[in-house]
Amino acid sequence: MQRRNFLSLLMGSASLLVMLPINAWAALLNASLWNKAAFETAKLNEASKNLAIHDEIISADIQIIAPDRAENGAIVQVEVKSNIANTETISIFVEKNPTPLIAHFKFSNGAEPFIVTRIKMADTSEIKVVVKAGSQYFTHSKNVIVLENGCG
Amino acid sequence: MATLNADNMKMRAQLKGELTEVKVLMSHPMETGRKKDDFDRLIPAHFVQLVTATLNGKTVLEAQWGTGISKNPYLTFRLKGAKVGDIIQVTWLDNLGETATQNIAVTQA
Repeated sequence: MQRRNFLSLLMGSASLLVMLPINAWAALLNASLWNKAAFETAKLNEASKNLAIHDEIISADIQIIAPDRAENGAIVQVEVKSNIANTETISIFVEKNPTPLIAHFKFSNGAEPFIVTRIKMADTSEIKVVVKAGSQYFTHSKNVIVLENGCG
Repeated sequence: MATLNADNMKMRAQLKGELTEVKVLMSHPMETGRKKDDFDRLIPAHFVQLVTATLNGKTVLEAQWGTGISKNPYLTFRLKGAKVGDIIQVTWLDNLGETATQNIAVTQA
């Protein structure tokens, strides 16, 4: 290809990119950063596989604070703290939810491996947490009895 | 892009000892796409997918969320090494391309 042709082609495609509506940019960004396969599957083991989780070690160094009984499954507050050195990510799953993967958090630059959030629970279920530290995966679960379905 | 106003997010960042605790409350419907309206029609999925937090411009937390986070999402996280006056910024992006950003300065608890 001639240099001039190449340049004009480059300029052409650059202006095309600039003209993309910002919504499309956002959608592109989402598509590249959001783990669609992990979040949309109905199977917990599929979700884990899509997050590259393997050979989980059960660990008491993961603290899960959630109510033993939740009146309303629409809002269940969960606190997760990892006492495992070099924790990089925390993933939260609800086994019995239509899509079990709830959230995946990545910590860096001085963020503590600690999170409090509120989740939906369709039914009485285990809340399962998986922590990644280095090349290892650790897990801990807590059962929550749900009196009223929160997934509508 | 549908950028929502600053009232969309309520934030607080307090330094307690060596840790800064950041609390965030977002205003968002978090529709799963499985719920039906009064006319038995499915309400389309509308939920936050990505949340990013920075401290003075440096990324500290990156979250991916599914539809299982409750309506009007709530989040607490903790940072080491932040000082009074440092700026914490939180941005979310949802599946329809809507986004919101909020800044808050760290205060002494």
